[in-house]
Amino acid sequence: MLAQGFAVLLSHWWRHKLQFAMLLSGLALATALWSAVQAINEEARASYARAAAVVGQDRLEQLVRADGARFPQSGYIALRKAGWLVSPVIEGEKRFGAERLRILGVDPVTLPSEAAQVNVGAAGIGLQRFITPPGVFIVSPETAKRLEGMDTPPLRISDALPPGTALTDIGIAQTLLDAPGQVSRLLIVPRQPPHARPLAAVAPDLVRRAPAVESDLSRLTGSFHLNLTAFGFLAFAVGLFIVHSAIGLAFEQRLPAIRTLRAVGLPLNALIALMVAELLVLSTAAGLAGVALGYGVASLLLPDVAASLRGLYGAEVPGALSIRPSVWGLGLAIAVAGTLASAASRLWRIASMPLLAPARPRAWSLASESALRLQAVGGLLLLVVAWLAAQLGTGLVAGFAALGAMLLGAALILPLTLSLLLDLGGRLSRGVVAQWFWADTRQQLPGLSLALMALLLALSANAGVGTMVQSFRETFVGWLDQRLAPELYVTTRSLEESQKVRDWLSRRSDAVLPIWNAELRTSGQPVQVYGVADHATYRDHWPMLESVPDAWNRVAKGEGVLANEQLMRRQKLKLGDVIPLEGSASLPLVGVFSDYGNPKGQVILGVDALVKLFPDASRLRYAVRIAPDRAPQLAGDLRAAFGLAPENVVNQAAVKAFSLKVFERTFAVTAALNVLTLGVAGLAIFASLLTLSGMRLAQLAPVWATGLTLRKLALLEILRSAALASFTMLAAVPVGLGLAWMLLAVINVEAFGWLLPMHLFPLDWLRLFILAVASAVLAALLPALWLTHRSPADLVKVFANER
Amino acid sequence: MLLALQEVSKSYPTGEGVLQVLRGVSMALDAGESLALTGESGSGKSTLLHLAGGLDRPDSGAIRFEEKDIARLGDKELAAFRRVSVGLVFQQFNLIPSLDVRANLAFQARLGDRYDAAWTGRLTERLGLASLLDRYPEQLSGGQQQRVAIGRALAGRPRLILADEPTGNLDEATGDAVLDLMLALMRETGAALLMVTHSTRLASRLGRRLHLAAGKLS
Amino acid sequence: MNVRAIFLMLLMMAAPALAQGFAGLGGDAQGFAAPERGVALSFPQDHGAHPDYRIEWWYLTANLKGADGKDYGAQWTLFRSALAPEEKPGWQSPQLWMGHAAITTAERHHSAERVARGGVGQAGVTLSPFSATIDDWSMTSRAAPPADELSALAITAAGEDFSYALTLDSHGPLVRQGEEGYSVKSAQGQASYYYSQPFYAVTGTIAAGGRDIAVTGQAWFDHEWSSQPLAKDQTGWDWFSFHFASGAKLMGFRLRDAGEGFTSATWINAGGTPEPQLPGALKVSPLAWAEVKGHRVPVRWKVSLPAKGIEVTTAPVNEDAWMATQVAYWEGPVRIEGTHPGVGYVEMTGY
Repeated sequence: MLAQGFAVLLSHWWRHKLQFAMLLSGLALATALWSAVQAINEEARASYARAAAVVGQDRLEQLVRADGARFPQSGYIALRKAGWLVSPVIEGEKRFGAERLRILGVDPVTLPSEAAQVNVGAAGIGLQRFITPPGVFIVSPETAKRLEGMDTPPLRISDALPPGTALTDIGIAQTLLDAPGQVSRLLIVPRQPPHARPLAAVAPDLVRRAPAVESDLSRLTGSFHLNLTAFGFLAFAVGLFIVHSAIGLAFEQRLPAIRTLRAVGLPLNALIALMVAELLVLSTAAGLAGVALGYGVASLLLPDVAASLRGLYGAEVPGALSIRPSVWGLGLAIAVAGTLASAASRLWRIASMPLLAPARPRAWSLASESALRLQAVGGLLLLVVAWLAAQLGTGLVAGFAALGAMLLGAALILPLTLSLLLDLGGRLSRGVVAQWFWADTRQQLPGLSLALMALLLALSANAGVGTMVQSFRETFVGWLDQRLAPELYVTTRSLEESQKVRDWLSRRSDAVLPIWNAELRTSGQPVQVYGVADHATYRDHWPMLESVPDAWNRVAKGEGVLANEQLMRRQKLKLGDVIPLEGSASLPLVGVFSDYGNPKGQVILGVDALVKLFPDASRLRYAVRIAPDRAPQLAGDLRAAFGLAPENVVNQAAVKAFSLKVFERTFAVTAALNVLTLGVAGLAIFASLLTLSGMRLAQLAPVWATGLTLRKLALLEILRSAALASFTMLAAVPVGLGLAWMLLAVINVEAFGWLLPMHLFPLDWLRLFILAVASAVLAALLPALWLTHRSPADLVKVFANER
Repeated sequence: MLLALQEVSKSYPTGEGVLQVLRGVSMALDAGESLALTGESGSGKSTLLHLAGGLDRPDSGAIRFEEKDIARLGDKELAAFRRVSVGLVFQQFNLIPSLDVRANLAFQARLGDRYDAAWTGRLTERLGLASLLDRYPEQLSGGQQQRVAIGRALAGRPRLILADEPTGNLDEATGDAVLDLMLALMRETGAALLMVTHSTRLASRLGRRLHLAAGKLS
Repeated sequence: MNVRAIFLMLLMMAAPALAQGFAGLGGDAQGFAAPERGVALSFPQDHGAHPDYRIEWWYLTANLKGADGKDYGAQWTLFRSALAPEEKPGWQSPQLWMGHAAITTAERHHSAERVARGGVGQAGVTLSPFSATIDDWSMTSRAAPPADELSALAITAAGEDFSYALTLDSHGPLVRQGEEGYSVKSAQGQASYYYSQPFYAVTGTIAAGGRDIAVTGQAWFDHEWSSQPLAKDQTGWDWFSFHFASGAKLMGFRLRDAGEGFTSATWINAGGTPEPQLPGALKVSPLAWAEVKGHRVPVRWKVSLPAKGIEVTTAPVNEDAWMATQVAYWEGPVRIEGTHPGVGYVEMTGY
């Protein structure tokens, strides 16, 4: 009996193959986008964890200088001689061709086992080869590929290393980093002999640092991944709209069959169990397909994400995806759970339905206005919640909660809004066909509302994110023009060369501006310190957000510092606040400048103050002012004179182009997800129209019989879909603006630490409008075509069962 | 001669092959005449009605309405013919669900540009629909729905009314009342009636009766 | 002392040599110097390191008696292993260093290990005055010139749960092992340079088990260096250093192989004159076995040297004298009974 019941239930799908396909593809798509985003995030997190675990930073305490600077290795020897079991590490960055590599130098002999991810003694490496020049670089497979053919020590491959990092011997690293006898930190072996002399007596300038539970990278990139997750959620929600509507229709259409099954004696419990089983089978199948699809999507997106993360945060994530059972298992689980949740209300209705309830096949499409009102009230409440969360909440999570509540609230209000608009349309129109058109469109609303809500979400997200990205781009480009005023940027290779290049340039250019820098750790976070010269370039061009009147004078005199917006917001600084610098020195904040794209806090001092406070500051970079038309010649001469590599002398245009490229790639993923979400919403409309088209016949037949051609009816069907999409787009504009505002003023500030002005881009909305209408027309096209090919016999069959 | 069918044949493709529904049927209907078309299920009487109403086209033969062969008309002309010249009353799903009674009543007349507010008002009154004008079809009983359908069919004063089991979904008393009303109103407009029914009792109330069996008149 | 610890040394140092395997060592010396018969040792230079030889160690074992009347043992060892026969400055130095230290009490055996690279000052051996160090462990000369630098020493070491500081004064001469310091290690002729100072009197303090204990006793020092010390088929060894109550000393070992093994011994009279014994003259056989940290090792031995009328048995102060170092072995103090009672140290590897 159960088998027969199951066969009856399933036979529905056999007869409604397209509906079946829609249900499966909707669920699969939703799962795919969700899983893709999760897979990407997991890949990145695993990479950060690998980065954090390299040389045991996530498990071992370390000794560092409070300011994070390197210190002589004699300090290391002194500690060992005092009984401390510590192991030295030097860390730094070096360029090989176009590749920037993080170099980690360790002493394999004293390296604690907790920190030894790589067995240096393993065949293929060998301690002797490892420590004897030229040494060995142990790198990830991907990094090895990128470094192919470069002038590096011989490469050995290990999966334990994050991309972009080379593990090598400390001696080799000191030479490469031009830091002989220097170390960055000491790893502390967990079990120390009790007799060691107190740290304060042996190495008073070193402090113990707890294992980095959360790496700098995962903190920096957290917001980026939250962003992606939010998009994944949105896509999944939109997908669930499809599922909900497809399941709803199928259940309604099967009510007679269900009634019959019960009438012939199938117990209710068994029936519900059968339907749940059916859903489980369907959602598992769709979930599996979705997970597989998601893997494909993730593989396609990951290179862009990796590029974004590298450009934005310097975070290295491999461009290839590994298969993580946890991610895919979760994807499958969420597909099944989403389906069951979507079906819960239907199952409940079947469970509570009287056996002989009258068949009302169109009942669902006539959902009363009061239900729409109730839904709209819920939506309004959500909007209030969104407003409260935006006003009172702090942090990224509150920001995203506000976003979510706003989007969902707007979606819930949409059907009532559309209903009122269509009513108005009917009232304003004179012709009998027009009046019928509006009335009929309004009657389709309940059946289409879920799809339209999905469309609203997709359109608002597109409009909102588009506005955010475009605003960001406009601000960013303007900011680049200001910030990158100098015509050339030169990086020298040694202090000696630096001095020579400076002399050489000062005789051939308008100005040579040092860009010398050091690093500072405040509140455990790295802060870049830059020294700049007193020059009009800065006074005229530097993108200041706020400053005291004589800010540049005070900076030049070493009486004040500038901070970037990120640092100002992160540490809640105000003009006049005193910023602690090296040692006991501190200076008041005299200005704040915008610094888009920089994940780190930054302060700017006069170059003299920098040299005084940070004697070890890197003094290798210069900006050069010269007439723009003479810049290429000078760059060429400079390279020739000092044998500098092309990447050491970069012109302004190249820096701008590079920055913009980073920017574009950063939002490439967002754009891709946006398009996919819109695609899912388009599919939702298509699915709904397709399912409705079967039931439309009874509604259209009397109109046709009384004198309208099928062609005209089909045209009206397309027009109807376009009208609904247009109205939805109209509703999406304010929602999108709200979204953009939240992204710019709330999320960006929390995530990146900068506030961006909002610009409006009506042309983009027009494009989106056309896209929305086009997708609605496209969705309506097939059902409309079918309609024109209906034979009169099909239509008159509506009126009588007999010929 | 209002309507004349000459050697009309019609077949439909079905799962089991081509089904020959009408096999060379000829008949005529004068203006103002009322004719009942009876026959068993599947005898082709509904098909004949649909062909006469311009809802479908015959495979062969001619259907002349006021001397014009509507079997040769294109979709557009056929739709215009339906708008202006024919009123239809079916067994079920007569009405446009998204329009209220008032709009349903006026729909076809306005579509054919033959709307006459005074006449529609009288029809409404005669049909007892005055109190139901703001309701939607779903909110009406079967008898009420059929009365709206009759009103809609007559509102444009077409020359021909086609009815397919108009009382098939109604109980006998209601059905009789509806039929009485329809016949009375038709006399007022002078329209001809072609009604398909399987009931000899109902057929006997019309002026003439034709019986269709296996696609042929007898 | 003989080939002991070479095995450990090579296993611990993950050098390319390791890739060729333990057995490959006898074959090529990769440019390392090889000991030659007839080259006289010269002091104090030869107290220092010999970086052109592959391996080298300074090895001290002490049989101690506490103020509490109990027996204790102490070990202090510095190993040197070269990846290449040279010395270079800084991290480029191919010289690797490893220290082992231990205290044995009747209740527990405490051990610790230190490792270091040469060239950066973390470990090494210097002369004038002699000082062998790794981290905070040191073995430093207290001798006033012109006395031999090793005639008086101070040693310290500390582990997680023990520490000690001992002063040593010799009352006998340095003893050159083998042929004037040229010590043959196998029937195939592998050899090392090897000399000892077995005549130390010790005083000092050990700290173990939460107590400081004043101790006195005697100690034995070995210094040995070589480049290709083992034959291919040798799998481990049992090594003995005995202080007899008579004031005489005995050093002996057995290198185990598939067959009879290779034994060697040197009798040192109370005056410090060595009498090398012919290979095979020494006979050793286990009397009792015990399970120590998952290894079955002999804990009591019968040792006989018929040529000298010696027939003794050994009994450990603590059966569990297992060195919990990267390469583990058994090294502990023993009491000696039989024809020549006394105290000594036993080392067993390859079990």
